[in-house]
This record gives sequence, C-alpha cells and structure tokens, in this order.
Amino acid sequence: MTYTQQRPPMAESSAELRARIPGWGADLNPRHRPAVPMERLDPHPYGAVWDFPERQPEHWPRERSNEHAFLTPVFGTSCPPHGPAGAIRKLAYRRYSEGRAAHWLLLLAADRIDATTGTLRSFASRHPANPIAETGMLAEFKYHGLRSRRGQQRADLVHQPLDLVIVGGSWLAAAVGTYRLVRRVRRVVQRAR
Amino acid sequence: MRAMVYRGPYRIRVEDKPRPVLEHPNDAIVKVTRAAICGSDLHLYHGMMPDTRVGMTFGHEFIGVVDEVGPSVRTLQAGDRVMVPFNIFCGTCYFCARGLYANCHNVNPNATAVGGIYGYSHTCGGYDGGQAEYVRVPFADVGPELIPEWMDDEDAVLLTDAVATGYFGAQLGDIVEGDVVVVFGAGPVGLSAAASAWLMGAGRVIVIDHLDYRLAKARSFAHAETYNFTEHADIVVLLKKLTDHLGADVAIDAVGAEADGNLLQHITSAKLKLQGGSPIALNWAIDSVRKGGAVSVMGAYGPMFSAVKFGDAMNKGLTLRMNQCPVKRQWPRLFEHVRNGYLKPRDLVTHRIPLEHIAEGYHLFSAKLDGCIKPLIVPSAA
Repeated sequence: MTYTQQRPPMAESSAELRARIPGWGADLNPRHRPAVPMERLDPHPYGAVWDFPERQPEHWPRERSNEHAFLTPVFGTSCPPHGPAGAIRKLAYRRYSEGRAAHWLLLLAADRIDATTGTLRSFASRHPANPIAETGMLAEFKYHGLRSRRGQQRADLVHQPLDLVIVGGSWLAAAVGTYRLVRRVRRVVQRAR
Repeated sequence: MRAMVYRGPYRIRVEDKPRPVLEHPNDAIVKVTRAAICGSDLHLYHGMMPDTRVGMTFGHEFIGVVDEVGPSVRTLQAGDRVMVPFNIFCGTCYFCARGLYANCHNVNPNATAVGGIYGYSHTCGGYDGGQAEYVRVPFADVGPELIPEWMDDEDAVLLTDAVATGYFGAQLGDIVEGDVVVVFGAGPVGLSAAASAWLMGAGRVIVIDHLDYRLAKARSFAHAETYNFTEHADIVVLLKKLTDHLGADVAIDAVGAEADGNLLQHITSAKLKLQGGSPIALNWAIDSVRKGGAVSVMGAYGPMFSAVKFGDAMNKGLTLRMNQCPVKRQWPRLFEHVRNGYLKPRDLVTHRIPLEHIAEGYHLFSAKLDGCIKPLIVPSAA
C-alpha cells in the first residue's frame, strides 16, 4: 500500500525468480557491474602505451569544434567539406560553439543542400540517383509491407504517410518542375520558329 | 571495395569506394565479416543527425578479420578475428583514464559533447563505418578484442553495441533486489536492458512498446511483462496502477530520438528537426518512475535541445543517469553471461541481408516490416 510506509510486496520471491529466470541475480552485487563513471584512475588501460597519442597528419584544413583547443590527434577523413554545403559547414564550425542552436541548424541546412546537390551531380555521372533502389522500397513487397501493418495498432502508422511525402515529395516536385521547364522551352522554341 | 553510401534522408546505395588506408601508426584495416544496422543508424538514415554527409558509410556494429596493421600496433596482427566496440577511444585521455571510453577527448574534433563513433556522422568524428567490405579502425591496440574461440560471430557482433548498451542501461538504473523496472522500447537495446535487469536482481520487469511482435520477443527473450501503449489511453496511469500507485523504481529509456506516440512531438523533432529528438519516451519515463527513483537513458538523442519535463524530474527527486555505453568495459562480464547462457544475443537476429541489398535492409528496419528486430549485414567478401 503506497500510502503507508510499506513497499508493495513482490509478486514473486527472489527464490522463485532465481528458479524461473536463468542468471537471475548474477550481478546483484553492484561490484560485479562495471560501473561508470569509474573513480579509479587507470592511465594506461588495455594496449595504450602513450600519454598523448601520435598525431594523424592533417591533409586539408580539417574543420573542428571551436570548443577544442586544437585538432584532436586522431580524426575521421570520410567526406571533406566541398561546395556550398561545405562552405556552410566550415562557417558553422568556425563561428558557433556546440552550445548555439545556429551551429546545429546550419549543419542541418548544409546536410539538405549536400543531398540536393549530390543528387543533381549524380545525373551528370555514370551512376545517377535511382529512387527505387536507393529508398529500398522493394522491401515493401519482399518483406510483407501490407501484412506488417494491417490490423495492428502501430503508433508509427500515423506518421508513415508523412515519410512518404518526405521521400517522394522532392522527386515529385523535381519531376513536375522538369516537365514545366521542358514545356516552357519547347514553347519558346516553337514561337521563335 | 563495396560500401554502403548515404545519399540523403531515406536514401542509400552501395558503391565502389577506395579501400581505407592506414592514416595513423596505430590504425588497423579490418575486413568486415558481419555488420548490423542499429536503431540509432535510423536517426542518420532519417536525416536527424547534423553533419551527416553525402558519401558517408554508416555502421558502428561490426566484427571482422584484421587485414593490415599500422607500424605501432603491437597487440593485433593480420588474420586475427576481432570484435570492435562502437566507441573509438584513445585509452589515455582524461576521460578514458576514468573509464569513460564513450567520452574520449582525442578522437572527435567535430564536437566535445560526444566521442568518436564509427559511421555516425561528422558530429561523431567523421569516421566511415563498417557497413562495407573494409573499415579503418583507429587505436587498434585499444578498442578491438579478439573474438573468443567459443563465441559465435552473431553473438560477437551484437556485443559491439546493442547488448552491451542494454546491459549498460540496466546498470545505470542502480537496480537493487526486488526493484520494479520499466523499459520503454522493445528494440534490441530495450530487450537487452530488460534481460539484464533480471541479472541485477529486479523483482519485476515491464516492457512498453507499440509493436506486438517486439512485445512477444520481450516475453520470450527477456521474460518480461509487456504492454502495448496504443491499447491504453494513458500509459503513465496504467504503470501507476500496475505498481500500486507508487511508480516503478527504475525507468529505462531505450527509445531515443524518434519516439512514436505523440504526433506533435514527432513532427517537431523527427520531421522539422526543431528538437534533438522526440522526448515522449523520456517524459513517460520521468512520469512513471516513483519519486526518488532512477531514470536511465541510453536511447540516442541529437545535440539540439528537447522539450524534456525537467521540472517533474526535479520535483520528484529523480536520479537521471545517461551516456553512450563504454562498450569495452562491459565485455569481460558480458562474455561470462553469454558463455553461461544468461544472455543470448544472437536470438535477437531476425534478418540476414547481403550488403548489396542494404537499402532494402534499412527500409525493412525503418518501417518495421516482417517482424524485424535486428538485421545483420553480410558483406559480399565475407
């Protein structure tokens, strides 16, 4: 009864739980749990032999948070910033700390510009964007898309139509825009004749 | 080599990319034999994580065989079968020295608030991930561990994040004998947290989700009591009633940024990116735990602010604990639990997908089709 001092009784005793659930209580003693944060200083855990690691060469001006004193000794080199998105990213890192919403909103804006320009660039490449393959929508047929949703009270079904707009909307807008552009060009050419 | 490549929100493909090279004397190049898609990869896939660049390869859960090592690597050699924790860490900075390997200060120039993670945007350091044939592994003497002879590959790959993170979530709750533990989210991490809560002596473990097949798994994998929140008008009231109006002793948020259940929250966070994530699960955790209880958070959230009910947390005197899991610290104990059969990571695997079909794998996992709980990726060269 919650409104008194007593804690509600357990439905099953510890002995019953131990009999029913493999390993019940194996880590009952907190000392068996690898706790975090660890108060004990262990300056060279595992195979580290350095106090400060050797520095990875910087092959281009690597963007970094202005909360860091210097470029960390090791870093990823996955996608160097380039184009308009790259310029926005560099600005976000140079000017705004992680504590500023502007930092993250600029990075998100750059992400969208990067995705759009990447798609446009792909049409000039040997591997143009393929919305059917890239969205993996064939999985709907291969992995029972309808049956996975029908007759279920899934909370995500409320927003899944929105996802469709987000995924397909830009392609639809691009298709309509291209059609209108081609039509306009054709009319201009016809008038000129 | 063949690698998964991000093209924009909801769009990925497999491309030829240059094989990674040794960029630091303590790097190794690992040939990936198994990778997984993690629930937090979906935040990248949906375009939620800032600075996710076109061309990046995702994947922070992977195992493989060492292909090449840098000149200063002493503990690994070519041919070793290794499992790689999702955290990249130096082992000796202020934070690593205190066991906070997820918070290493020497591997992520892009941010100080988060450490380095394989394939997890430039916000986490700009490292390519393991959903590829090869991957660069920095600090090869520190992070990777030889896979024990007796351990199955599928157990090993799930210990690189999902199961270790679930165990960590239960650990952050500081569970004592007889505690009522409620876990929000029955994905691989939530299921692992629920199973781990018993190991720490929970008296009752309740799992909340909206997908019946995941709740069925919570009953079989984690021996949990389950409730589908869509079947109840107010899940917080239900949990209060279930706990004699006291509330749970420990609430674990294993959902993170894209919680369903409130369309407004979902639109402002997942769709409009105005929040660091939809805090609906976290708010349910704060509301449903008892006064003086503990809320453990290892569901992944983005760096932007979120509308979290902090006032209630303060007024209830809650202990909030959270972090990315320092995976390697969990391994010795988890190896014992797997060997004893107390945790069975590979039971979470529902789909095995060739790398070439990874776009379908992401859609399958994202749309939660076909009873998918955990999809593994098998590189063509594996």
